[in-house]
Amino acid sequence: MDKDTVEKILDKYRGDPGALIHVLMEIQEENHWLPKEILNEVGLQLGVPLSRVMQIATFYKTFSLTPKGRHEIHVCSGTSCHLRGSTHLVDKVRDLIGIRPGETDSDARFSLENGNCLGCCTLGPEIVIDGNHHARVTPDKADDVLKHYE
Amino acid sequence: MPRLNSAAELENLRKEILLKRDPDKPCIAICGGAGCLGLGNDKVIRAFEEEIRKQSLESRVDIRATGCHGFCEKGPNVVIYPEEISYTEVSPADVPEIVSQTVVGKKVIDRLLYTDPNTGEKAVHQNDIPFYKNQMRHLMSNNSRIDPESIDDYLAFGGYAALSRALFEMGSAQALEEIKKANLRGRGGGGFPAGLKWETARNAPGEEKYVIVNGHEGEPGAFMDRAIFTGNPHCVLEGLIIGAYAIGSHQGFIYTRHDSPRLRKNIYTALAKAEEYGLLGENILGSGFNFNVEVHFDVGIFVSGESSALMRSIEGKNPEPRPKYIRTSVSGIWNKPSNLNNVETWANVAQIINKGADWYAGIGTEKSKGTKLLSLSGNICHTGVVEVPFGTTLREIVYDIGGGIPNGKKLKAVHFGGPMGGSVPEEFLDTPLDFDEMKKLGAPIGAGGMLVLDEDTNMVELTRFYLNFLTNESCGKCVPCREGIRQMLKIVTNISEGRGRKGDIELLEEIAEVAGAASLCSLGKTASDPLKGTLRYFRDEYEANIH
Repeated sequence: MDKDTVEKILDKYRGDPGALIHVLMEIQEENHWLPKEILNEVGLQLGVPLSRVMQIATFYKTFSLTPKGRHEIHVCSGTSCHLRGSTHLVDKVRDLIGIRPGETDSDARFSLENGNCLGCCTLGPEIVIDGNHHARVTPDKADDVLKHYE
Repeated sequence: MPRLNSAAELENLRKEILLKRDPDKPCIAICGGAGCLGLGNDKVIRAFEEEIRKQSLESRVDIRATGCHGFCEKGPNVVIYPEEISYTEVSPADVPEIVSQTVVGKKVIDRLLYTDPNTGEKAVHQNDIPFYKNQMRHLMSNNSRIDPESIDDYLAFGGYAALSRALFEMGSAQALEEIKKANLRGRGGGGFPAGLKWETARNAPGEEKYVIVNGHEGEPGAFMDRAIFTGNPHCVLEGLIIGAYAIGSHQGFIYTRHDSPRLRKNIYTALAKAEEYGLLGENILGSGFNFNVEVHFDVGIFVSGESSALMRSIEGKNPEPRPKYIRTSVSGIWNKPSNLNNVETWANVAQIINKGADWYAGIGTEKSKGTKLLSLSGNICHTGVVEVPFGTTLREIVYDIGGGIPNGKKLKAVHFGGPMGGSVPEEFLDTPLDFDEMKKLGAPIGAGGMLVLDEDTNMVELTRFYLNFLTNESCGKCVPCREGIRQMLKIVTNISEGRGRKGDIELLEEIAEVAGAASLCSLGKTASDPLKGTLRYFRDEYEANIH
C-alpha cells in the first residue's frame, strides 16, 4: 500500500483518536492487511499509543496482521448454514484449495475464513468471495464457484 | 434541492413529487436483499436494464432495485407495477419475455407465478401468496415500493410527516408520551419499554445526550434488521430524529455492520439526502432543533452488539462491556446519557406518531404491542423475512406462513434468539408470539431469529455449536464468561461425542448457574440459555450419552 493512499485516509481523521477503528477499517479494506509500519503511522497521526492500536488491531476478526490472498473466501458457519451441512462445505473447500480456515495459500490466490453468519440464512450453505454472495452451495458445487476466481 | 424550512414546505414538496408521478407508469421492482443477491439478482437487474434499452423503453418504464421483499426462498423476486404482478425465481433468461409480455403487453406469464404446492393454485399478486397473505406487513410493505436511495420515494409514501408532526404539533413531551402510551418495547432482545428508556435519558442530568441505532445484528440466523435498514433507511432515520427530539439529544450514532456494501451505501445516501432537504443537521424544518448523525461500524466481533460494549466502540476503544450498575441511558458514551435502541424499534416510531398510540396498541397482545419482524430459517419450506402481529401462534408462523417442514419430516422444536436463546418443543407450538410468554418457556424472542428444527436435529450438538460460537466471541474481560463457556463447551462436546460421564449434567447445571449470575454482560449471563433450555426439554438426549 503506497504512502499516498494511507495519507489520504489519515487526512480525514488526523488528531482524532476516536476514529481509530474507522481508519484501520479503511486501510484493511484497501490493503487487505495491516502492516506494522502503517500501524505505527496511524498511531502517530491520530495521537494513539501503539499499544492501543495493537489492542484494536488484534481484537477484531476483520483485521489481519499478515498478508491475505487475492481472493478472500468466507464460508458461512452460522446456525442455518450449519444445519444445512456447512461443515462438509468447509471440508470440501479445504480439500480443493489445500488450506484450512485462517490460512492463505502459498500462491496468495486464496485466503479461507469461517464466517459467523453472513446473512443469507434463508439460502444456505453460503460462501462469500470478495464480497460476492453465493447461495445454496452444496459441496459438489464448490469447485464451480471457486474456479471463477483466479 | 433547496432546504425545507417549514412543515408547509415539506407538504408542498410532497404534493409536487406526487403530481410529477404517473401512477400508471410501469415500474419493475427487483429485490436487492441479501438472499436474492446470493441468487444472482445483479444479473437479473442488468438484464432488465439491457432489455429496456434494447426495446427503447427508457422513458416509459422505470426500473427499481429495491430492498428485501421478504420471500427469500423463491428469489430473485420481481414485482411489476402498477398491476403488482409478482414473479418468483426469475432468471436473466426470463427477462425479455417479462418486458414484452407483461410490462408492455400487460399479460401475465403463468410459469413465473408462485404455485401453491398444496392446492396447485397460482398467485398473481404478492398478497395472494400464502407467505405474504398471512403476515401483517406495516414495516416491510414499502420495501418493494421504494428505491432505498431515493428520499423522494420515501416522501411520496408519507415520509417525514411524523417528524413534522412531532416538531410542530406535538412537542417533545407529547411525542415521548405517545411512545410510552403505545407501549413500544425494544426489539433488540430485552423487550424493555422504549418510552421508559427515552424518559430516563430525557430526565438524566447533563446537556449533552446521545441517541444510537443498534444495527449490529451479529446474532447468527437474524437478518431482518438488515432487510429494513437497507431497504428503507429513511424509516429508521426518521424514528431516530423523532427520538432525539423527544429526549433532547443533538447527536446520534448509527452502529452497523461493515460487511454489507449496500447497507453502508444506503445509510450514507439517506443521511446526505436528509441533510440536503433540511431534515437533518441545523435547524431541522425551520423548527430550531439541531441534530447530526455519525456512522460507526462493527468490524467483526459479536460482543460489540452489547450496548455498553457498543458505546465503548463508538469512543474508538475496545468493545468490552462494563457492569451496568448505572444504566447507559444515564451514563453511556463518554459518560453522557445515551439512549440505544435496535433498528426495528426505531423503525416503529414514525408510524406510532403518524397513526397514534391507540392504533398501535390495538395490534398485538396485552403486553406486546405492534408487529414483529422475524428471520425465518432452518428446516422450513418458506424461508425469509416475516412480519406478524404479536399474538400470532408459532404454529401459524411455521405452517401458514412458512409452509411447514420440507421433505415430509416432522417438526421437533423452534429455536429463538440464536446462541443466547432457547428452543421450545413441538408441544408448545400453539403459544402466541409474545415477549413474556416466550420468556416463560425459556425461549425469549431475542432480536427475532426464528430457527425451525426438524426431527433429525441433535439438540446436544446444536447446544455444542452455540457454545463453540460463544467461546470465540466472548471478549474475555470477565472470568465467569470466558472460562465458564469454555468448560461448558468441553463437557457438552464430550457428551455429544458419546463420552459423557456420570455427574456431567449436574456439573453443567452448576457452571451455567454461576456464569449466569456472575458474568458482566448479557453475553455471559445468557450464554448458557440454549443449554438450560435443551436440558429442560430434551434432557433424555443428554442422558442417553452418559456412560
